[in-house]
Amino acid sequence: MNFELLTQLVVNGLIVGLLYGVIGMCFVLVYKSTQIVNFAQGEFLLIGAWVCWASLIYLELPFFLGFLLSLLFMAGFGVLLQMIVLRPMIGEPIISVIMVTVGLSIFFQSLMKWIFGSSPQSYPQVFDTQSINIFGLNVEMAYLMSTVIALIIMVAFYLFFKHSKHGLAMRATAFDQQAAQSLGVSVKHVFAMSWGIAATVSATAGIVLGMVNGVSESLSIMGIKVFPAVILGGLDSIVGAIVGGLIIGVLENVAEFFDSQYLHIGNMYDIAPFYVLLIILWFKPYGLFGTKDIERI
Amino acid sequence: MSSLTMRPCGDFRTSYKQDNTIFETKTIRWVTIFTILALCFAPLVVDGYFITLLIQISYLGIAALGLNILVGYTGQISLGHGAFFGFGAFASAWLNTSFHIPVFLCIPLAGFLTMGVGMMFGAPAARIKGLYLAIATLASQFIIEDFFARADWFSGGSSGSMAEPINLFGFAFDTDQSFYYVALFSLVFMFIWGCNLMRSRDGRAFVAVRDHYLSAEIMGVKLNKYRLLSFGISSFYAGIGGALYAHYLGYVSAEGFTLMLSIQFLAMIIIGGLGSIKGTLMGVIFMVFLPEVLESGVGVMKMTDWGNIPMVVDGLAYIKEMTIGLVIIGFLIFEPEGLAHRWTQIKNYWKFYPFAY
Repeated sequence: MNFELLTQLVVNGLIVGLLYGVIGMCFVLVYKSTQIVNFAQGEFLLIGAWVCWASLIYLELPFFLGFLLSLLFMAGFGVLLQMIVLRPMIGEPIISVIMVTVGLSIFFQSLMKWIFGSSPQSYPQVFDTQSINIFGLNVEMAYLMSTVIALIIMVAFYLFFKHSKHGLAMRATAFDQQAAQSLGVSVKHVFAMSWGIAATVSATAGIVLGMVNGVSESLSIMGIKVFPAVILGGLDSIVGAIVGGLIIGVLENVAEFFDSQYLHIGNMYDIAPFYVLLIILWFKPYGLFGTKDIERI
Repeated sequence: MSSLTMRPCGDFRTSYKQDNTIFETKTIRWVTIFTILALCFAPLVVDGYFITLLIQISYLGIAALGLNILVGYTGQISLGHGAFFGFGAFASAWLNTSFHIPVFLCIPLAGFLTMGVGMMFGAPAARIKGLYLAIATLASQFIIEDFFARADWFSGGSSGSMAEPINLFGFAFDTDQSFYYVALFSLVFMFIWGCNLMRSRDGRAFVAVRDHYLSAEIMGVKLNKYRLLSFGISSFYAGIGGALYAHYLGYVSAEGFTLMLSIQFLAMIIIGGLGSIKGTLMGVIFMVFLPEVLESGVGVMKMTDWGNIPMVVDGLAYIKEMTIGLVIIGFLIFEPEGLAHRWTQIKNYWKFYPFAY
């Protein structure tokens, strides 16, 4: 057994898992506050990464400015999307809401392919050194940055929801929409804000991933890969999303390791999370941390 | 009510029999029969390309009806219908080449095999619902897709597998024109079956599960049984549609059965109308003709001076996909009940013209 490779893979898994956790958090945020399952989450990553790429290449902005610009753009984009497309869907059955986001996902995926082409593009060099050595493990600089950013986002989420007025309003809305509304919380603003935040944070993840692998449509697959993570943690638990993300990140790398060393089935990296997902749903239909629905007639 | 020629302007049905008729009025029955008869003569009148479109409508229509039984009538969500469609296609080709079962038997057998697989993946539906179910079926889509790519004995792996044309009493249905009759027969057969299913006890139980599953359970409808049965029937339809597709093209490869196909099936039934058999067909026709209309639209634009923009002409494939997305969103926002509902409204408008009461 090749322990060195295994450790490297587990560390990689943790790093990618943190990113899954961040994307999952956005997903849970939108789900908790607006009851919408966002199948277009991956497209947020994609659009954010492309906008940043375009601002770096065509506008020739420095990286930091381009990054900020694309985050601003995505915040506006998320809010607009909620106002134009998702607001009419309030109160519609689940299948309609799911299909609207699926439709958005198809639309933006092909729009991005149409505008930017289908071949992957890479960002201009941001860091001087490509990878550094920590405790004997090779860690890519961009991955290190992604870890730092992911941790910052998580802390920011915590502070926002715990200590800010808007965060409190969002938590109140998620807990009981009507009660929150009657106490003066603007539910409309909360909805728009949660989409804006989700779009911005996802775009950050998209840009970080784009720096590692280049920007291409494969970024939008992240939106689907995050499902096992959020289901594992329970659809409505932010902590669960992070834990689920870490588990899935490690799991796919470990599955890949065992597959390449012993089993030789192939493609385990992509498929293993979905097997796990089905098995979990068999035994815990509401995930590890999700709240069980209790229905009354 | 089938004794009437026109629909009365109100609900005057007095017996269950009247409530359960397939055709509400005499006129509808005769129009349906004449349309089917007219379609029988279609190969003599219209050109070959149109026939291929009609065949496409048939096999997609059968599969979409299955999905509508699951989503529209039972209220379960499936994002894996495309994979089941593909499973039917591979299963039929596999049964034919490995066991030398005649093709016309392979098609229903493939339906039953797909039914088994569908019930296996639908089994979590007994415990979960709504979003969790949607994501579970999404997982099954990827798992089955992965299975196609890997199981060489079943699907021929990356090279795909060959499917022989249907052969009945020495007559091979290997041209578009002859296969058209097979497709038309299957479509009519499966749709009549679907209509009758919805008039039966099981059909009503499906609707009860959809409308209020707790009340349904209290009234003695076994939830688990009907959720699973619905998955089974829906996969059976998908399998039949897939098998027809396989024997029509003569060749099946794994690339076609992606998540996009599942989404397109969902788009068909949403555009047509959830929980409407007539709507299913409308939605399929809409989705089959939409790319054709776009293509000819761009073709016309190309000939004019102002319209010959390279970006539009080269990006046609992307525009088609974008339109599918836009159409889904548009229908859900502006006409969530689909074309079937719109059709009723148009009929009502003319029935009550000029006074709308």
